[in-house]
Amino acid sequence: MSTQVPEQVEDESSAESVSPGKQKRDQKKRERAQRIQEQREAEAAEKARSEDDTYHLKVFRYDPEVPEKQEPRFDDFYVPYKQGMTVLDALMWARDHYDSSLTFRHSCRQAICGSDALFVNGSQRLGCKTQLSDLAEPVRIEPLPHADVVKDLVVDMEHFYDQMEAVEPYFQTNSLPDGELDEQRQTRENREKVKMSTRCIWCSACMSSCNIAAGDNEYLGPAAINKAYRFAMDEREGEDMKQRRLEILEQEHGVWRCQTQFSCTEVCPKDIPLTEHIQELKREAIKNNLKFW
Amino acid sequence: MYEHDVIVVGAGGAGLRAAIAAHEEGADVAIVSKLHPVRSHTGAAEGGINAALREADSWEDHAYDTMKGSDYLADAPAAETLCKDSPKETIKLEHWGMAFSRDDDGRVSQRPFGGLSFPRTTYAGAETGHQLLHTMYEQLVKRGIKVYDEWHVTRLAVSDEERPEDRTCHGIVAYDVQTGKIEGFRARNGVILATGGLGQVYDHTTNAVANTGDGVAMAYRAGVPMEDMEFIQFHPTTLPSTGVLITEGVRGEGGILYNENGERFMFEYGYANNLGELASRDVVSRAELTEVNEGRGIEDEYVHLDMRHLGEERIIDRLENIIHLSEDFEGVNPLDAPMPVKPGQHYAMGGVETDENGETCITGLYAAGECACASVHGGNRLGGNALPELIVFGKRAGHHAAGKDMETAKITTGKVGDYEEAELESPVQLGEVGIGEDVVADGGAAADAGASASGADLVQRAVEDERETIDALLEKEDGIQHAEIRERVQKSMTRNVNVFREEEALKDALRDIREARELYQDVYVGDKSRTFNTDLLQTLETRNILDIAEGITLGALARNEFRGAHWRKEYQERRDEEWLKHTLLSWNDGEPELWYKPVILEGENKTYEPKVRSY
Repeated sequence: MSTQVPEQVEDESSAESVSPGKQKRDQKKRERAQRIQEQREAEAAEKARSEDDTYHLKVFRYDPEVPEKQEPRFDDFYVPYKQGMTVLDALMWARDHYDSSLTFRHSCRQAICGSDALFVNGSQRLGCKTQLSDLAEPVRIEPLPHADVVKDLVVDMEHFYDQMEAVEPYFQTNSLPDGELDEQRQTRENREKVKMSTRCIWCSACMSSCNIAAGDNEYLGPAAINKAYRFAMDEREGEDMKQRRLEILEQEHGVWRCQTQFSCTEVCPKDIPLTEHIQELKREAIKNNLKFW
Repeated sequence: MYEHDVIVVGAGGAGLRAAIAAHEEGADVAIVSKLHPVRSHTGAAEGGINAALREADSWEDHAYDTMKGSDYLADAPAAETLCKDSPKETIKLEHWGMAFSRDDDGRVSQRPFGGLSFPRTTYAGAETGHQLLHTMYEQLVKRGIKVYDEWHVTRLAVSDEERPEDRTCHGIVAYDVQTGKIEGFRARNGVILATGGLGQVYDHTTNAVANTGDGVAMAYRAGVPMEDMEFIQFHPTTLPSTGVLITEGVRGEGGILYNENGERFMFEYGYANNLGELASRDVVSRAELTEVNEGRGIEDEYVHLDMRHLGEERIIDRLENIIHLSEDFEGVNPLDAPMPVKPGQHYAMGGVETDENGETCITGLYAAGECACASVHGGNRLGGNALPELIVFGKRAGHHAAGKDMETAKITTGKVGDYEEAELESPVQLGEVGIGEDVVADGGAAADAGASASGADLVQRAVEDERETIDALLEKEDGIQHAEIRERVQKSMTRNVNVFREEEALKDALRDIREARELYQDVYVGDKSRTFNTDLLQTLETRNILDIAEGITLGALARNEFRGAHWRKEYQERRDEEWLKHTLLSWNDGEPELWYKPVILEGENKTYEPKVRSY
């Protein structure tokens, strides 16, 4: 058998309260279910082996509710390779053919929903955007580091969302035109200036890669600072608002925490120059302080 | 039980706009969504937002293009509402800070799109949907609107009067994916469905894995008819290996389609002598597949889309995202080589029957965005008309549900007035398996809680029913897994109910769907955990896919004409004398009923007389 699927769970607490007859029936049912499952897996594994080319995945497993998975472990999956197959494709194949409890977030399959940031062979990547053929085997797939694991590859995103929302992440201006059909003008240069910062898909790969964020839970982190950059540099918001944004960013757990290690920039799947944006905000903050000095 | 004035189901463009609108009207509103808002598939929209913003343009021209594009199956009051409201809603996004591409004078940029008489597609690079989604979510955060994210809504709590038109929606039942908890959400004023697309009915689609048509299926089983389901848009330029979308903007900016012989077939084989690559999407998709079927496709599968002549500078300025998509998902750098493209399922013109205010025939139940059918798009949606639909009708539904006075709708919903019963021909039984029996996997028939039951009682009763259903699915120890059922349906739909449709194939699809329905009776969930159980989630979604696949196929079989995206081998003409009408399918407690209602071609100042649709 090519996978290490947990044995069927014996639920001891409920077993105590049911009749021996029912226990026996349940036991039979479980055995039958297990036989079917084993047969299915054997067939899938056989099929996988008969293909010329398979990829060996080692996938992190954990489920606080399932006794066999309470202690984190790695499962091996052998997935038949097709040209162009991504890490996400391979995970879906493994789930649909070997183990339906294999759990990971995913949706758009095209690097825009930001659901499937994973730790693949030791680096933060989007599963859908990572070609298997670019990876050494076995391909080790883990949940994002520095976040609590909910189950298998799913991590708790709440902290990331909290940081994103801590920077007043919405457009604010006092100079809106009066007419509901009158637009604010923006120069092409200014739109170009903020363009990269608007590409963030909230995947949290950057936050996961950041040593500072790992050590300081209150640090805003690269994504949130980038979100603030997106508005601070937008000329439509005006100078007053920029002051206010710089004040938020200058707080104890803001831009000055960054030690320019560039790990966020390296892992960003949308190629956003995060470290540069943080550095630029530091410079703006200094200029700003000099003005009042 | 949670309680709010207005509950919005889904957090894409339409859901977010609806929630903001309800909030503007002072309602206590909450969003319940199986994905966090920024994960919604609105983010994948690339091309742009059609809006008549310029002096030389007018909403009337936009409406004319939309009616023509619809092949005269859109209802004029809905299409005109879209075109009239789009400019101010688009500028509203600008006022909310959306990062539109800009002209030299600092105004928002617009570009040509298929089927448009004026370049009115307002865009933000080739990532307009991403910019729109994030801008709107920012506004949600600003207003502090409550979001229950990663809660999958499984059924509506609707009263159980005999006629759907007499029923009232009091709330929803949802399943918390993180913890496995099943809870009721009471909606004091209304529920707005904004669940987006249904592309997962097919196996080659631009849609996300989450686009399983949940809202359409839920409303259908609660009594709201599905309208014009046979009209599925196949986008002409998707990447062959994954279905990833290549925006129409590529052709809008001047991209050219070639067959294997290097011929510009849109002109050389006369598919669209005037507009060529910029003909309406249905026209281009059929042209591509005809090329492939006649042996002029590349690797018998696809054609080439070439944009190299536009030059690197222009491509990076306006279509940069396309370079990344083509490289990452097809391994082709479009600056060096043409991109392989083929048609893929992209959009459902049909959906939950609503009027132009977003209301359904069930009191207190609304729908907006792709899941709704007002109908704005009729037989075929124009590129650039989906995003304005989200913001225009999302807003109207939000206002309406929050109690704002709306102008009386001209479109009727439910079986009222001038409707006509249809003969339903099917080689197999349709609808619920084992009708009348106690069905374990039932996904939400009207809750029976007695005539005097309060709204809260109804919601509570629906919660109990859902708990029973889900417990049964989790307790079942063996059987068939959803992935197998889903794959069968997807393959059959792509084989039999695709761009080209023939009677026998449609009947085959109905047989396959029936078989899948029977298999679903034996479905079981392998993962027994209550924590983040995506196995269970997908099993529930698969039920929705079954109902929707049947609706699409039945509509396609009934409509024996060729209109818009619906092509029939046996009927090669549009038949206006018989078919200026919408197909509607009612669940009818498990025994589907097909009926028709006339299309409304009378607009505010003019009637849109059907003309030959040539491009």
